[in-house]
Amino acid sequence: MHEWALADAVVATAVKIAQQQGLQQIGEINLRLGELQQIDREVFEFALRHVLPPDDPMLAGVQFIIEAEPAELRCLACGHAWLLAESFAALPADQREAIHLLPETVHIYVTCPACESPDFEIVAGRGVALISIGG
Amino acid sequence: MDPRLQIIDRRMAGVRRILAVTGGKGGIGKSSLAATAALWLARRGERVGLLDLDFCGPSTHVILGIRDARPVEDGGLVPAIAQGLRFMSIVHFIDDRPAPLRGQEISNALIELLAITRWGDLDWLVIDMPPGFSDPLLDAARLLGRAEYLVVTTPSVLTTETVRKALQLFRELRLPVLGVVENMHRGDEPPLAAQLAGFDVPLLGAIPFDDAYEAALGDVERLAHTTFMRAVGRIVDAITARRD
Ligand SMILES: Nc1ncnc2c1ncn2[C@@H]1O[C@H](COP(=O)(O)OP(=O)(O)O)[C@@H](O)[C@H]1O
Ligand SMILES: [Mg+2]
Ligand SMILES: [Zn+2]
Repeated sequence: MHEWALADAVVATAVKIAQQQGLQQIGEINLRLGELQQIDREVFEFALRHVLPPDDPMLAGVQFIIEAEPAELRCLACGHAWLLAESFAALPADQREAIHLLPETVHIYVTCPACESPDFEIVAGRGVALISIGG
Repeated sequence: MDPRLQIIDRRMAGVRRILAVTGGKGGIGKSSLAATAALWLARRGERVGLLDLDFCGPSTHVILGIRDARPVEDGGLVPAIAQGLRFMSIVHFIDDRPAPLRGQEISNALIELLAITRWGDLDWLVIDMPPGFSDPLLDAARLLGRAEYLVVTTPSVLTTETVRKALQLFRELRLPVLGVVENMHRGDEPPLAAQLAGFDVPLLGAIPFDDAYEAALGDVERLAHTTFMRAVGRIVDAITARRD
């Protein structure tokens, strides 16, 4: 599962930030999960727990606070803005899988509902973002 | 903050050397050199990975005749083995469709691939770098800190002008350039070294224009017997002998 790779990256980044800020302990890690990447939240939370280095006092008792963010797209040809959820239901499983692995492939499988252009931007909700950490 | 950036070095921790093939212009043989250099190293018995970072015109799979080498999801993506090497390309995710991505999105996709691909232990990771000098190349260069660059040029003055710019840029970015390779060389043309004067970069060798190369594309047995691939092999052997 590639949720594990992302969980690994989140924890490594949090530790790096804590070191830069001189924090002895990380109490919470705030994350945003963009809908586009379709991260399996249960798998992701499980992975976050399991990639924690055991017996590291810095991370003992850390809480993960995860906020979901809808994916919003905006057409660069006609200006129409829409939510991915509207386009998503119609996609076959293998295309959703490609978007899960590499979210930018959404440009190959989804077009603007108003004008059918593939030239749109991902305004919000792409993937995993680390928002902040708390002591 | 983008958590993916932290993990890229660790994903490549088992890779001994990274060989990045670049050269500014299109159509000068970057993909051909990257693909055949990787094949040559693999056939020499080394553990080799090939990463195609040309998201608009991925072609190394065509050159090596690789089909259906989908990576496996396992704590990330593990590249499949094809033609004796570990192979990763955007084609696994897009089939034959065009990928209409803007510069920053190409970068984003490239960061994702670097962050989730588990290369394992390799002697060489050969990379067909993004063409041009915009976001994708700059981001790849920034994130692949250990990469050593092979710069492809051709005898045409149109190419050498771009290559001079590439060398200038690499110098400013402090990227290590192993040397320049002159592709599509024809016997009666003057040597190119003079045009690269002023740069402290070796000319590693020339690859002749090979009329048989096109017909060998997609067939590794035929490729292995081309003048093209033998010339690439000599250059690769010289590079690897120098530092090993
Ligand atoms: N030495 C050569 N002899 C003959 N044809 C070549 C040679 N090098 C490259 N080519 C051809 O030139 C074209 C461009 O090569 P390619 O590797 O795709 O370049 P790039 O990746 O720089 O765009 C291809 O059609 C390829 O077959
Ligand atoms: Mg190419
Ligand atoms: Zn539109």
